[in-house]
Amino acid sequence: MERTALPGRLIWQIGEVVATHPETERSKSLTLALPIWPGHLAGQHVDIRLTADDGYQAQRSYSIASPPEDGRQIMLTIERLDDGEVSPYLTDELRIGDKVELRGPIGGYFVWEERLGGPLLLIAGGSGIVPLMAMIRHRRAAGSTIPIRLLASFRTYDDIIYRDELEHLAGDELALEVITTLTRTQPPGWTGYMTRIDAELLRDVAWPIEQHPLTFICGPTQFVETTAANLLALGYEPTRIKTERFGPTGDT
Amino acid sequence: MDKTTLDGNAAGGILREVFLFEMTLAEGACAHCGATNAIGATTAYMSGMGTVLRCPSCEHVLIRIVSTKGSYWLDMQGVRALHIKPEL
Repeated sequence: MERTALPGRLIWQIGEVVATHPETERSKSLTLALPIWPGHLAGQHVDIRLTADDGYQAQRSYSIASPPEDGRQIMLTIERLDDGEVSPYLTDELRIGDKVELRGPIGGYFVWEERLGGPLLLIAGGSGIVPLMAMIRHRRAAGSTIPIRLLASFRTYDDIIYRDELEHLAGDELALEVITTLTRTQPPGWTGYMTRIDAELLRDVAWPIEQHPLTFICGPTQFVETTAANLLALGYEPTRIKTERFGPTGDT
Repeated sequence: MDKTTLDGNAAGGILREVFLFEMTLAEGACAHCGATNAIGATTAYMSGMGTVLRCPSCEHVLIRIVSTKGSYWLDMQGVRALHIKPEL
């Protein structure tokens, strides 16, 4: 009888930075080549651990931005927190060829695969867009036709992470709609939303309840809790709403 | 680590140090209110002291994990039952 392989221990490994790409003034994408990678699901994260010379360690979780189809390379997009212990090092110090200690992939709850269905409503507050971008990229790479509506909140136009790629994808595919709200300042001629994501905005853009959308919300704690509560109040099914709270981040 | 509210998702790493399986999809029944929720949907408080997972329905503590020098303390008295689904 064939035995199902048991998952191995989740081990720390050393990834090598093979590419970096500034996304906004405060965020940067790092592409890491990994020696061991069992493959991941869109929405999963890795833990990164930094060790100082005196042995002090700091550890943080970062969502994977790249789709599973990229093989043994993963892209992370890191938002720089000025008083952070880990993110300034990752965004400012790491260069191509540098090594970084990490483990993963981690998580099975906040993930999307085609078999989970749709239509998808992805709601991002600031850098909360990162795991949702993995879902958008995965859907495209997998050739899925499940429609996606992305509702993303940023402070300003320059804060929009993946702006060019999202514009390109949304222009290319009818089944991907990108709705952006800019909560602080808007460029001249801005025709998008200008308010925080509240019940009214959700009523405007969310899929009709009868379509049983599958919703993923990711962003700062307060953003996620308010948005989820608003969706529940509008009558969306709690079991079809998945949330991931980021820790401290800038405003959205 | 920062002492802010996260989800059980963020505790996936430490849980995988202790358990054999991916645990954010496992479902825990709260010993206090009886609500059953995926570990990934719980509220997580993580600090250098350890990780505390609370019931998203009634806020009672479900699981505490503290690791010191390679050993683990696991306090599970807040969970009546844990349903582990080893698919990942």
